[in-house]
Amino acid sequence: MGFQRVMQRCLHKGTFLLGAAMVGLMLLLMTVGLFYTPYDPEAMDTQHALAFFSPAHPLGTDQFGRDVLSRVMVGARYSFLVGALTVVFGLVLGGVVGAVAGYYGGKIDEVVMKLIDVQMAFPGVLLALMLIAVFGNGLQNLVLALGLMSVPRFARIARGGFLQYRDAEFVKAARARGAGDGRILFRHILPHLTPELVVTGALGFAGAVMSEAGLSYLGLGMEPTTPSFGRMLSEAQGEMLQAWWYVLIPAAAITLLVMGFNLMGDALQEVTRHG
Amino acid sequence: MAYYVRKVAGFLVTLFLVSLLTFLVFQILPGDPARVILGVDADPLQLQQLREELGMDRPAPLRFLEWLGGVLRGDLGTSYRYHQPVSALLGSALGVTAQLAVYALVLTAAVGLPVGIWLAHHSKKKYALPVSLLSQLGLSVPSFCVGVLLVSVFSVGLGWFPSMGYTPFSQDPLACVKSLTLPAVSIAFGSAAVLIRYVQASILEQEGQEYVKTARSKGVPGSRILRVHVLRNSLIPVLTVFGMTITDVLGGSILVENLFSLPGIGRLIATSINSRDLPLIQGLVLYLAALVVVCNFGVDLFYSVVDPRIRRK
Repeated sequence: MGFQRVMQRCLHKGTFLLGAAMVGLMLLLMTVGLFYTPYDPEAMDTQHALAFFSPAHPLGTDQFGRDVLSRVMVGARYSFLVGALTVVFGLVLGGVVGAVAGYYGGKIDEVVMKLIDVQMAFPGVLLALMLIAVFGNGLQNLVLALGLMSVPRFARIARGGFLQYRDAEFVKAARARGAGDGRILFRHILPHLTPELVVTGALGFAGAVMSEAGLSYLGLGMEPTTPSFGRMLSEAQGEMLQAWWYVLIPAAAITLLVMGFNLMGDALQEVTRHG
Repeated sequence: MAYYVRKVAGFLVTLFLVSLLTFLVFQILPGDPARVILGVDADPLQLQQLREELGMDRPAPLRFLEWLGGVLRGDLGTSYRYHQPVSALLGSALGVTAQLAVYALVLTAAVGLPVGIWLAHHSKKKYALPVSLLSQLGLSVPSFCVGVLLVSVFSVGLGWFPSMGYTPFSQDPLACVKSLTLPAVSIAFGSAAVLIRYVQASILEQEGQEYVKTARSKGVPGSRILRVHVLRNSLIPVLTVFGMTITDVLGGSILVENLFSLPGIGRLIATSINSRDLPLIQGLVLYLAALVVVCNFGVDLFYSVVDPRIRRK
């Protein structure tokens, strides 16, 4: 099924639209936040610390009296940035590794599959934690760590796809016409895998946002001064006795993004598999 | 027999590669582990001293073999900050993590299996919608977000459970269970949702098979078909998922232990990263990863005993 057809079918699915609305809301907040925020996200106002939702501060204020809505608008930037960079990293590296393994098979395939096995032994954010322990935190190292963590996901999908098509009639035909491996891989087989890779990309995005929030929560993600959602969540947890509502905001922001991408990915997957 | 030899060989190779990877990340990638531990502006004399202490003056392959030999004898190295053997620190943390993991696994199975079986037949009904939605939420809400919400409702709001800290079982069994309940629920919420999905899909797949049609046409009642025929066949693939669940639970415990200040392995890893205690992190990471490999191997073996067909593939 062509990619356009898949997208058209998705637009008729409730779950896809719900997911798109969730991601759209965060995307809107982020885009507006690039040009305008109600307050300076760093401006402190200790007179109005930990305020409840009000017209002046729609999402209240944090322990320093900073406007939470403004901080969410800025924080969304980092979630989207980390998510997008991670997916690109995982897609390119995992795609190439998986393509080589699936298309050529044999010993290369065995080695790649073993490596993936080994990597799967590091549960959750453990692999990212290892790399951050050695290289320190910050955006670059975070993307590197999360990107490497997402490689097996993409490699598996790519391997399965290239394995499935490497002996297909249209590939044999192209080979008979004298097409090189590069041309066959990219021009002939890759387009067939686009929907599946997009699904993996959406789910990978959700995973990256989740891991970033988790690591930032531990203080091991972005630089400590960045208003990322995980950071906000850990700050809000400390103020829970005084302001139970504050903790809901970063938790909701993370959930909206993760769930939105998951719903879209699931709907896409269902359409690509079952039509 | 050949099947088991192959399995065990694969298992040993994976374990070896996991330890090699851990060694490479902590000893080779940073270039100079001593500098990572002491920071950029460290005193050259101290650096030299630490390098000797860590054995950096010897070639890497030799250090790897020595380290691996130590690991096999149960010696995971010495913590740089605590000046204690890593295995001693690990021992006290392992108990907490193991209790949490078992608790979360039991909850996952106790919720995931029945709900998955139920949803397989009722998912199209209106009254099943809240359950489906809840399991969708479980798939997407990160465990630490669930944890924070549980704390705000059940400990800050209602005061039923402590919001953080751990009470040893020997000291007060009830308080111990209470201190682990919210963390275990936060982890199980997500892993139960995954399990529900697999159980549901597996049952629906089995019910499309010929033998179910045969049973139905013979007039076997639906509940008996489910109990005697479908469940046994559909729960076998679910076993493999349980291996994944163990991985999930261990991965989830890293964040959740920090959220609830439980003195387990996850918390020890986070604090040791902040104090740049590389030997300790290295030992802990290796231990967790090896645990995952061992658990998955166990599930694999169990799987082949339950379903001998798998051995012929």
